[in-house]
Amino acid sequence: MEAMFSILIGVLTASGVYLLLRAQTFPVVLGLTLLSYGVNLYLFAAGRLAIGRPPVIGAGLPGYADPLPQALVLTAIVIGFAMTAFVIMLALKARAEMGTDHVDGEAP
Amino acid sequence: MSDLAIAPVLVPLLAGILLLLFRGRDLRERRAFGLLSVSVQVLLALALLDATASGAILTHALGNWPAPFGIVMVADRLAAWMLLITALLALFALWHACHGLDVQGRHFHVLFQLQLFGLNGAFLTGDLFNLFVFFEVLLLASYGLVLHGGGPARTKAGLHYVVINLAGSSLFLIAAGLFYGLFGSLNLAHLALLMDQVPADNLGPARTAALLLFGVFALKSALLPLHLWLPATYARASAPVAALLAIMTKVGAYAILRVSTLLFSGPAGTMTGLIDPWLLPLAMGTLLVGLLGALAARRLTDQAAYLVIASVGTLLIAFGLGSRDAIAAGLYYLPHSTLAAAALFLLTERIAAGRGALADRLEPGPDIPAAPLVGALFFLCAILLAGLPPLSGFIGKFLLLQAAMAHPGWPWILGIVLLGGLLGLIALARSGSLLFFRSAAWTGSAGVATSSSPLGPAIGLLGLTLILTFWAGYWLAQATAIADQLLQPQLYIRAVLGGQP
Repeated sequence: MEAMFSILIGVLTASGVYLLLRAQTFPVVLGLTLLSYGVNLYLFAAGRLAIGRPPVIGAGLPGYADPLPQALVLTAIVIGFAMTAFVIMLALKARAEMGTDHVDGEAP
Repeated sequence: MSDLAIAPVLVPLLAGILLLLFRGRDLRERRAFGLLSVSVQVLLALALLDATASGAILTHALGNWPAPFGIVMVADRLAAWMLLITALLALFALWHACHGLDVQGRHFHVLFQLQLFGLNGAFLTGDLFNLFVFFEVLLLASYGLVLHGGGPARTKAGLHYVVINLAGSSLFLIAAGLFYGLFGSLNLAHLALLMDQVPADNLGPARTAALLLFGVFALKSALLPLHLWLPATYARASAPVAALLAIMTKVGAYAILRVSTLLFSGPAGTMTGLIDPWLLPLAMGTLLVGLLGALAARRLTDQAAYLVIASVGTLLIAFGLGSRDAIAAGLYYLPHSTLAAAALFLLTERIAAGRGALADRLEPGPDIPAAPLVGALFFLCAILLAGLPPLSGFIGKFLLLQAAMAHPGWPWILGIVLLGGLLGLIALARSGSLLFFRSAAWTGSAGVATSSSPLGPAIGLLGLTLILTFWAGYWLAQATAIADQLLQPQLYIRAVLGGQP
């Protein structure tokens, strides 16, 4: 599971960085979104991966799923969602005001 | 447990929410309410400065959860110092914005208060994840403020600013996740304890996390290879917003100082001195790049933005030296450079408004209305920013150079800071003479006198730097006390983790 998880995070991050380096605003927004997915999964994994663990500590239980990274991920998802919405609106505004979706406002 | 440690966060948050509810109200009422909120923050910062003057570190545990488990706000001398600078700067920036900028778009006053909410929170928070959250709050508000007023140039600069900061936020989250995964805590004081005993097989990831964190703070403070976003953003933003943004780079510098004194300064820990080899050379490079940019700038706003980069360079040289005297010099230089740069941004608007179509381009043009007064204020700004005697810029640089003598690389530091002073002098002399002296050669129409840009706020900011100059001994003693407290991280750790009620 760890290997699959880390490969998934790696692929998401690599695709995110690749798209972030594109010159059009839409791929850049997609790249930021993929990057934030990768980061969110990564944060989630910081609490160690476990299946079927209870969320509370109790005697006689094998362990517990760490709730803190889940809270962090939740916060990060909310912030990331707001930021994505904002950057999409900004990209649309830039497209309308500059007449092109190139990130520099003009195609080279 | 002290409510004073959380009040500077709650006041702007509540004021912002109330302003959102009052959006249909009379403009004068909203302006008065915004100014009232900022004035209350000035008073709160003064109260905090007084409460921490004895060396006490105030903490407020949210929901009364004890420290490493709950969220904690910590107010020490450094936090109070930063809060006071922010609140004073915001007061004058808001005063300036009330002369017309705030009606150019919607929700200016709400965004302004939320910006202060983010800034104050970043200075007071005691854990890494909340530092991230407050960074996001202040960035999101600053996106709105940078774009306020509209226009294609502003949108383009804003797009770059937003995207680079979102990428930076992702890196911040990765660093925070790595810290939590390795140490099981995000509380700065708790992390500081755990830093001394990193197991050997975790050392690599721990150093990676720490350097990632440093990279993020370097991006926020516009350190050398990561400074490219700053000039366009600051130069295109409206004058009061650019003035308020002058504190934003200092947030990055604050975070570097806080983290390096708390986490990377243990007696003989495995992480001690991790960022030292990077910080000082990069800071010196930043100083030079900023001043070369100021020398090459073709508009006054660009020049002011590059001077902000140069001031970050000077500040981080002081923090990079890391000795008590150097940190004290840096903390004295910090308010000086912030206030002087903000005053220059505010003056720039007035100068640009008086020159018609030429705006702030550095070319000979018509006489500016009230040129003697505006010119005198510009001259004062230039003396401050170039670091000439007898004003606070000179005192700050002199203290820095004095502190640098103890460092083995002192010839380099002295050479670069002094060369920087010369470059700054040339750059500002060039723009001053082009803007104010060559106007006699101008053959076109006379300048327009339709400027509504007030001079009061800029004069007020310059007045504050004069206070910093005339009572330099008192402020330096304050700065030295802050440095003393920072170099004894065990005080911070004890205040947060236990003992103190």
